[in-house]
Order: sequence, then C-alpha cells, then structure tokens
Amino acid sequence: MPNIDVKSRVEDGGITMSNRVAIIGVGMCKFGELWDRSLRDITLEAGLYSIFDSGVRGADIDGLVIGNMSAGRFTGQEHLGAQAVDIGGLGDMPAYSVEAACASGGAAVRQAYMAIKSGEHDVMLVLGAEKMSDVNQTEAMNTISVASDWEWEGMFGATFPALYAFMARRHMKDYGTTEEQLAMPTVKNHKNAEHNEWAQFQRAVPIGVVMGSGLLADPLRVLHSAPVTDGAAGLVMCREDLAKKYTDTPVFIESSTQAGDTLALHDRKSITTMNAVVNSSRLALKEAGLELKDIDVLELHDSFSIGEIILTEDVGIAKKGEGGKALEEGITEIGGKFPVNTSGGLKARGHPVGATGVAQIVEIALQLRGDAEKRQVKGAEKGLAVNIGGTGATSIAHILGR
Amino acid sequence: MVGIVGYGVYVPRYRIKTSDIADVWGEDSARIGKGLGVFEKSVPGPDEDVATISVEAARNAIKRAQIDPTNIGAVYVGSESHPYAVKPTGTIVAEAVGCSYNMTCADFEFACKAGTAAIQACMGLAKSKMVKLGLAIGSDTAQGRPGDALEYSAAAGGAAYLIGMKDVIATIEDTVSFTTDTPDFWRREGEDFPSHGARFTGEPAYFRHVGEGAKSLFKKTKTTVDDYDYFVFHMPNGKFPIAMGAQLKVPPEKLEDSLVVRQIGNTYSGSAMIGLARLLDIAKPGSRIFMVAYGSGAGSDAFSITVEDAIEERRGEVPTVDDYIERKTYVDYATYAKYRRKIKS
Repeated sequence: MPNIDVKSRVEDGGITMSNRVAIIGVGMCKFGELWDRSLRDITLEAGLYSIFDSGVRGADIDGLVIGNMSAGRFTGQEHLGAQAVDIGGLGDMPAYSVEAACASGGAAVRQAYMAIKSGEHDVMLVLGAEKMSDVNQTEAMNTISVASDWEWEGMFGATFPALYAFMARRHMKDYGTTEEQLAMPTVKNHKNAEHNEWAQFQRAVPIGVVMGSGLLADPLRVLHSAPVTDGAAGLVMCREDLAKKYTDTPVFIESSTQAGDTLALHDRKSITTMNAVVNSSRLALKEAGLELKDIDVLELHDSFSIGEIILTEDVGIAKKGEGGKALEEGITEIGGKFPVNTSGGLKARGHPVGATGVAQIVEIALQLRGDAEKRQVKGAEKGLAVNIGGTGATSIAHILGR
Repeated sequence: MVGIVGYGVYVPRYRIKTSDIADVWGEDSARIGKGLGVFEKSVPGPDEDVATISVEAARNAIKRAQIDPTNIGAVYVGSESHPYAVKPTGTIVAEAVGCSYNMTCADFEFACKAGTAAIQACMGLAKSKMVKLGLAIGSDTAQGRPGDALEYSAAAGGAAYLIGMKDVIATIEDTVSFTTDTPDFWRREGEDFPSHGARFTGEPAYFRHVGEGAKSLFKKTKTTVDDYDYFVFHMPNGKFPIAMGAQLKVPPEKLEDSLVVRQIGNTYSGSAMIGLARLLDIAKPGSRIFMVAYGSGAGSDAFSITVEDAIEERRGEVPTVDDYIERKTYVDYATYAKYRRKIKS
C-alpha cells in the first residue's frame, strides 16, 4: 500500500513547508570487518534501530534516502533505495541512493533535509551503508580510488594515501607540522572510541605504536589512515512540527550546506587547505546564525590524520598551520574547548565510506541529546559535522542544535 | 593402542632471512621478523621437491622405528605442492623406501593439514587391522607470490609418521576434527601462487577452527590445559600459535618448544607435524602432548598424545628437528628466486 496519502495532501491545500528539520531517531550497526554479515543485514539493522529509536511506525515514513559510494563494485548490488525499503518491509515509497564519494552519507542527510524542508516529504528514513570487506584489498583500494580524478590521479597510482601524503608533506614543510603531531589525531580518536560500543576499534593506541606503524606513503603510516570498514548508520528525520509527537528530545538541523572544489588535488592553489571545507562551514554557521564559539562538539572527516589537522584549521578552530598545535594543547579533546571526533572519528569508529556522513550526524545527535554516555561532552547544545569527499572536492557541513 | 611407531623429519638446508626479503620489497626489514615472528625460512634446493623431502623424512621414520618397510600397508602423502597434478607422490616415496607392491597409496590435499588427515586415515586402518603399519607424511615446498605477505613465511620441509598398534613410542589417545567451508586461502588449478583473504585468514579461519578443534578434543577426552605438558598448533607465522595459546590460556612455556616456525618458516603440511616431532625429540616418557593442525578451506585436526617409555631407545638413530634447523646455508634473494624458479626466461 502506498504510504503517501494523496487525498489528504490535496485536502490540506498542498504541501506544508517546514521551518526546521528534526532528527527524532538514530541508529547504527557495530562497525568492523563484518565477514558474516551482508550489505542487507547491516542496512536493515541500522534502519530498524533508527526507527525503533524514533518511535515512528513504518507507515509514518514517506521517503527513504541512502548514502552509498560503490555497492555496485563492492558487493555487486545497486538500487539500494528499493532494496532498503524492501528488506525493511516499508511498502511503497520514493527511495533512492545518493553518491558523493566519502561524502555520500552527508549528501543523503542533506537530500532528506531539503526534501522535508521543501514540504515534499514529512518523515524520512536516511541511511548510509557500505560493505567493503567482500572484495580483496587491492579491489577495495581501486574502488575507493575512483573518487579521485581517475584520469589524472588514480590511474597514475596517486591513491588517496599518496594524495594525502602530498598534503601532509607540504603541511610539514610550510608550517613545521611534526610527525608527533601527525600521530595525535589517531591517539585522541582511539581514546574516544574506547567508550563507543559501535566503534570498530574500541581501544587506545599509544603514540609510539602509531609512529612505528608501517609506512603507506611517506610520511603517512597505516595508523594515520582510516580502516576498511563494513557499517551502516541511520536517522529518522521529520518536519519540525511533527517531532514532538514522537520524542521529547528532538535534535534540529540548524543548517545544511555544501561546497565544492576541483576534483584533482593538483588543480588547487593550495594543497594544505580545503576551500570547500572553509566555504561550507562558514556558510553553515551563517545560515544557523551562529559563530564558531557557539559550537560545543564537532565531527571532522579524518580519513587520514592530516585531514583532521587541515579540517581543524579550515573550520576555524586553529589558525592555518596550527592544527597540530591545537592537538598538542588538547583543545580538540573531550573536555577541551572544541572536542573533535568524540565518536572515535573515521580512524577508530571505522570508515564505511557511504555510511560515514550519517554516522557523524548520529554522534552529534547523541551528544546533543545527552546520550553519549562516557564520551559525553557536558551540556553540548550545538554541534558541527563536516563530511568530505575525496581530497576535498566535496564538503558537506551540518549544524545541529537542540 | 594405536600410536606412533616411528617418526622422522627433513628440512632443506638453504635459508633466507626474512629481513633480506623485506629489503627487496622496500619493507621495514627490522620490523618484519619481529612482526611476523618468522626470522628465517627454509628454501628447497633446485633439485628438491615434495617427493624428495617426503622420501628423506620417511627414511628417517623407518630407521628410527626399526621396522621392515614391507610391513607398511598404506602410504599417504599430504601436501599442497605435489610435483604432479595427476600422478601420485606417494608411489615415488613407497618405492624409494622399499615398500612392497601389496599396499595402498594415495596423495592427500587439505592445505596445511593434509598430513594430519593422513595420520587419521592410518589410525583407522591400523585400528581395524587392515594394515600393520601406515606411513603418513606431511610435506611441502610452499609457494608465496613474490612481494606477497606469504613470501616471508612460505617454506619447505616435511615429517613422516609410522602409525601402528605395536611397539608404539607415543600413544595417540584420541583425535577430533572441525571442518567448515571457509575460503580463507586457495590456489586454483594451473595457478603458480595461492591467493588469500588477508585478515580473513585470522579470526574466522585459523582461530575459529583451531580453537573449536581444541575445545572439542578437551571435551571429548575430558581433559584441560593442565593435563598436558606440551602444546603444538599449526604455525602459519610466529604470532598466530602464540595468540591461539593465549586464547586457550596455555602457559607460554608449554608452547615454546614447538615453535619451529621462527627458524624455518611455515612448512605448511609439515608445520604442526615438525613441531610435534621437535617435542617427541625432547619429551620425557609420560609427557602428554596436545596438537592441533590447521588447513585452510578450512579445518583442524586435534590430537591427544602420550609419550611412551620406548621413545628413549629410539633416539639418536636419526637426525633431530634441531639438527636440521641448525644445518643451514644462507642464500640471498637472487639465489632464492633462482632456486624457487621465480625467474622466468
């Protein structure tokens, strides 16, 4: 049975635009190398978890968006929107997948945000999912590499570790960033993930182990890099006026912005700053009517540790070149002025490419609801998530508030 | 009671240091050995293969057992590097060691546990009195694709066990197996080198199967870790058996003596069987040994073994595992590549 009540929409005089968009339910599966679980299994788990957390009935949901980068290559399955609706027993509703490389999850959240804000949809299920361990490591690396400029980068062997190594090397040369500083995001994020039961690596890693781990592309090491992960995350989002019907602790999307940059790293004026991050995060603050000092908790895309350092600077926590120093000073730790990646980030929570952007929003929502348990940032009211694709050709920023 | 009447091993004399392999591939040579727990691996000479290694090990086993080879009623050779795809290695071995023509023979394959599967088959034949003695061999010249992680450990060597009911030097009290269809490591027909599922070879493959095999044998024999003096697990590298021991709460000193992998690498079908041989070389009569072999694909064979008094009279006749480990000539990577026929004209 169709869930869209055409008759009542006509009688209501058409669609109702929503002022803000609420997040009323969040859920995830435990991230990891889930050899005995399929893309279906994890998508279903994250979806059901989100629906149960929200209190909505399946019939209340009128649309589904799923963020995914490359299920076609990783598992041989596309058409994930229809698959998710089908396995969830959700009947008949508009459903589709969204791809924006590692920012696919953030893009899915933004699509649902726009769909609800426009009044076209009332209650939507947003999912992000990626099943990466069904293929061998070479195939996984090749599949991820197509998110770079394939003809000018990937095809010539400039994999993401290589591209981020260029950025790291230049950052070290221009700003004196040290190898110790390069290891610090990993140490911090693993420490945070100790208290996140959904994280792939729920254990601390000493800095010596990070600095002694195998070289991927000098100066980047294995433990500077987010892992290959299977995982799915979900959100139930709805019109602001409907939120109270389902929950006493809705979280609102104060702004959702997206900016872009050249696909290839070498076409940019600077490789130590990501313009898309600068632009999307500034615009997000402006649209939300906030300043950076109002932000209590952040999730910043740390596919490589140098990425977190650059994003720390580009969102404005630290001046350009001082991202490493901010880590040394503990500004981005839980308890610091701007806690970054309380979930463990991509490094320790895991990085199932298409799920990451949704998982970031899950973490911010938990923080604002006060449900982040031992990793809770006390009294967090506003949070910022920045999800990027590739080396920063896409940046999607969301500010959440309660 | 069924048991081991004689045993013998053979390890080729050539060695390559894992640090030398790491240097060639631009890896951190100081870390590789420690990381894998493999410092050197054996390399077969250009004229050695599974047939020659099996013959050497079998001759040692027969000499130690002081038996007439015409009393051997079954010869089974377990390997994943049989020289022929079609034509048994076992017939070469049987004729070379002087078996009669009136015996059964076959080659076995179950990745790294084909040799222990052969022991189980011989136990059945001996217990049912179909044969007086069965010869079970596990032997390999393991392949590792140049530059692959396997290249640091894939080694050569073999062990032969004579299984019978009379004059045993070690009793095999019981054996169990745990078998599933788990594709962690494989080599398709016609391919030079095997493929593997990287980290998938750990938790869902090695650790699950060795762990379940061990637990099942503890349960069946109503024994615990405390009842055994020595443990030997299949050694794909130096880390896995130690981690397995830790999971099963085996005191490290009970495992230490079996870890031949550090000096000779992973001899695949020979691995656990050479580890067991090293324990039989040194164990006092009355000692109890717990062995779990593992084969990719995947399965484990677990054995509970007690060393008998007779073992002491059988020592000193043939080279020990340590004799072979210490007898070595180092080769560089180029020589290794030539010996292993990795250089294509």
